[in-house]
Amino acid sequence: MADKLKLEMVTPYKRVLSEEVDELTAPGFVGELGILPGHTPLLTTLKVGELTYKKGNEVFHIAVNWGYLEVEEDTVTVLVDTAETADEIDLARAKAALGRAEDALKTLPLEDKKYMIMEAALQRALIRIQVADKGH
Amino acid sequence: MANLKDIKKRIGSVKNTQQITKAMKMVAAAKLRRAQDAAVSARPYAEKLQSVMSNLAQREDGEGHALLNQRGTGRALIVLMTADRGLCGGFNANVSKEAERYIRDNEPGFDAIDLMIIGRKGRDFLKNRVGEHITKVYEDITSDATYKTAQLIGQEVVDDYSDEKYDAVYVIYNAFKSAIEQIVTVEQILPIQPKETEEVQEGSVDYIYEPDRGEVLSQLLPKMVEVQIFRALLESNASEQGARMSSMDSASRNAADMIDRLTLQYNRARQAAITKELMEIISGAESIK
Repeated sequence: MADKLKLEMVTPYKRVLSEEVDELTAPGFVGELGILPGHTPLLTTLKVGELTYKKGNEVFHIAVNWGYLEVEEDTVTVLVDTAETADEIDLARAKAALGRAEDALKTLPLEDKKYMIMEAALQRALIRIQVADKGH
Repeated sequence: MANLKDIKKRIGSVKNTQQITKAMKMVAAAKLRRAQDAAVSARPYAEKLQSVMSNLAQREDGEGHALLNQRGTGRALIVLMTADRGLCGGFNANVSKEAERYIRDNEPGFDAIDLMIIGRKGRDFLKNRVGEHITKVYEDITSDATYKTAQLIGQEVVDDYSDEKYDAVYVIYNAFKSAIEQIVTVEQILPIQPKETEEVQEGSVDYIYEPDRGEVLSQLLPKMVEVQIFRALLESNASEQGARMSSMDSASRNAADMIDRLTLQYNRARQAAITKELMEIISGAESIK
């Protein structure tokens, strides 16, 4: 059994990552999940959140948006709509989006269709800010 | 003999045209590069998704998902991808003709065939031929197709399919082979046909599915449709630029040939005029003697 995981991350626009990593934490649909080499085959959907991976002593954070994660024989394939590393995130923009979403959520009625959309936007903004903070 | 001024004017106008076609060729070449890059970088995602899905489908035991079930022939939807602009050789005509042919050939087999057209040129071409089949036209979305665009179209198609408005969905588009070659392709996107992989069932290892397999499948399958549409959009865009580049290249070359011919004609006419003048002077001088 290999003592490393092969991590592949792709979005519709590009291949984001293809690296050997030691461990990985992903925002699974039913909760945070950690993956180490030798993990049993798994297929899960991901929600908006922060994906963290460790390479040696270095830790990397990536903000991901809805996707899939598959583990098979020490290869982890992550398919996501968007993936942003800390340097790619525009903190000011994320904060502005957060403000907008918060304001909208205060005024919108709960059953409004927009409520869900704004809530998702709020989530994304929060994760972005969280990831960006860790990167600096 | 055409007069000198006319020929000169003609040369001038051909030169202008040549300048335009040259410029268009350069623009298309630059756009082609970008479109090609986009198409290439979308490939890993599509391939990964395909392999995840095949894996999933292989383990499929009986209860299929609505998007996988063959419902037989009822109503069909064709999504046709063309360009918004012309001047790109046979690009629009080829793919539109294929759509027309497809409709005519398969009309008896289906209860109805609807046509969703992406791109202005396809609509212009088919409006008077199979106008009654056209249900929807999208314009101005091909030049910078984003994943969002594909998602919207994909969701619409999946919704219509789930509501049993259609029983089969096809895409017709120009697949990108090289800058000078496009292949008109017809692909079925719904119901989804998982590719048979050669892999033997050594994957009898049980997967853990989170939240559960049905849920994973029902989120993954619509994604598959979106990705296929996205890929087709990107390929179509790259093909368009390629087709434009090569047709503008040959237009520029034709213009150069024409300029050569006209220049020759101009020189001949000029010489003839000089000879004529000389003859007049000489015969004038002769008569004075």
